[in-house]
Amino acid sequence: MDTIHACFKEKIGEVLLPGDVFSIRLSESGDGSIKTEKIICGPGLRRNGEEVQVCKSGILRHKQPNMYWIDSQQRRYVPAKGESVIGIVTAKSGDIFKVDVGGSEQASLSYLAFEGATKRNRPNVQVGDLVYGQFTIANKDMEPELVCIDSCGRANGMGVFGADGLLFKVSLGLVRRLLAPQSEIIKDLEKIFPFELVVGMNGRVWVKAKAVQQTLIVTNLLETCENMTSQQRQTLFKRVAEGSL
Amino acid sequence: MRDTPLSNCERLFLLKAIEAKKRLDGRQTYDYRNIKITFGTDYGCCSVELGKTRVLCQVSCELVPPKDSRPTEGIMFFNLELSPMASPAFEPNRQSELLVTLNRQLERCLRNSKCIDTESLCVVSGEKVWQIRVDVHVLNQDGNLMDAASIAAISALSHFRRPDVAIQGQDVTVVSPETAEKRPRLFICISYLLVDPCEREERVKDGLLVIAMNKHREICSIQSSGGIMLLKDQVLRCSKIASVKVSEITELINKALENDRKIRKEGGKFGFAESMPKERITTLKRDDAPVEMTDVKETASDIVNRTETTTEVVPSPVLVAMGTAQVGEGIVNSWALDEDEEDEPQTEDRKTGTVSDVCFCAVE
Repeated sequence: MDTIHACFKEKIGEVLLPGDVFSIRLSESGDGSIKTEKIICGPGLRRNGEEVQVCKSGILRHKQPNMYWIDSQQRRYVPAKGESVIGIVTAKSGDIFKVDVGGSEQASLSYLAFEGATKRNRPNVQVGDLVYGQFTIANKDMEPELVCIDSCGRANGMGVFGADGLLFKVSLGLVRRLLAPQSEIIKDLEKIFPFELVVGMNGRVWVKAKAVQQTLIVTNLLETCENMTSQQRQTLFKRVAEGSL
Repeated sequence: MRDTPLSNCERLFLLKAIEAKKRLDGRQTYDYRNIKITFGTDYGCCSVELGKTRVLCQVSCELVPPKDSRPTEGIMFFNLELSPMASPAFEPNRQSELLVTLNRQLERCLRNSKCIDTESLCVVSGEKVWQIRVDVHVLNQDGNLMDAASIAAISALSHFRRPDVAIQGQDVTVVSPETAEKRPRLFICISYLLVDPCEREERVKDGLLVIAMNKHREICSIQSSGGIMLLKDQVLRCSKIASVKVSEITELINKALENDRKIRKEGGKFGFAESMPKERITTLKRDDAPVEMTDVKETASDIVNRTETTTEVVPSPVLVAMGTAQVGEGIVNSWALDEDEEDEPQTEDRKTGTVSDVCFCAVE
């Protein structure tokens, strides 16, 4: 059914509004054989019977072979399964920690969900610490659940972190750009000075550099480069690099 | 709604940064954020932006009987409100400690400093005095509400014009504003120990020192909260910094008032609509969409022809009484006397006839 792809293709890169509909017309294919093709509807698209409806305003994007989604600007985070986020521990009650991830509800994190944790060997987590974890359960009906181990039982970079450094909040669009495989922003930032960076999909970013001043510089750069074109960003970074040397 | 908690690493980092004399947004230690003062179209309406903290203040007045204990003095009433749009931590109708502290401090600063001479607010001693009401609304919270609120209140009071009052015996007539002027002395609160903290810096603080001062270096009130121990020379140093800052801010307020007065006199546009920059984030460009144009001419001429069939009915004047005539009435005249009621139905019928005709055409 090339019709579906054709429907989408003409709108790739255009701004769509909630309520726009892509209807799949089966009668187009004259021959009896109906080829079933899978289309993955990403965030912002929702299937409604025979139609695919847009439910967020943004630009339609496409990734081979069959993934479509809406790229939108948002600051409010909605927990989704499988995403890695930075959370702040707010309470310790019994066997679980209550973690604030920026969503409407606090997520729960069991103390056994750390690498090498047993009933006798409790992890060293205090109220106010930062944790980097993944969601195992995150839907609108239940309280979200975090874990700090992957399916093999290894930490894989997750867990408690950040004795030093600064945590700040950016929009979700910037976070996705930072986490893209060949992120230009990261490459440009690397050239200025070395630093450690943890990016959570809930819009929270943790930065640590050698000196307090450098950490503050990186923080302010990331916060401001959100609405800049790559040209403006590169000039800004160059200016900072020359100024700091 | 609960505010996001402050993590330990943030707290440590902020304290370390403050020790190293570095502010989060790159200011110098004793620098204020950008202050922007704008006035609205009405007198007495002022909006202050201190960085991202926004505060709106409105001053209004009304004539009331004075308090029994002070028959020759006007009344001043202050009210500060934390709107839930300012921060997710502010809930409506909740009396929080912050709200009470801010209210109390604002009242103390403006009332006890006698920046407005309450005796001048008296109109008729013992009977009528002006009650000036100052309402401050917090629109966005990004730290340092106290300073922003006091700057807004003082600017709004300076901008406000009290209506003039003419007294003739027992009658009191109020003349519209723009004539009377009021020049209060400017008192501004400066918060310490870290000058002008932004929201995260405010959360890390242990204590707060608020100094209310005017440009002649007279201190109106000092308030220290949080139970921190301050040395004598620290307090003196703070007051010296305060005097510098106060003169700067007073300059700013006076300049803003001057600008506003100039614009109003020249008849240019003033008010909030002019001072807010028009920002456009996205504009969508679409190709021209084809529109059915084939039948337009015919349908248009059709409509025009049909509407032309009715003639315009000009209602002729009806002589009601000697010296009084009526030209057209759409609704029943509730002032009518008994004699006119006989005429009413006849004229109504005629009028309703024409009215329905007109309606019919419009629907078509």
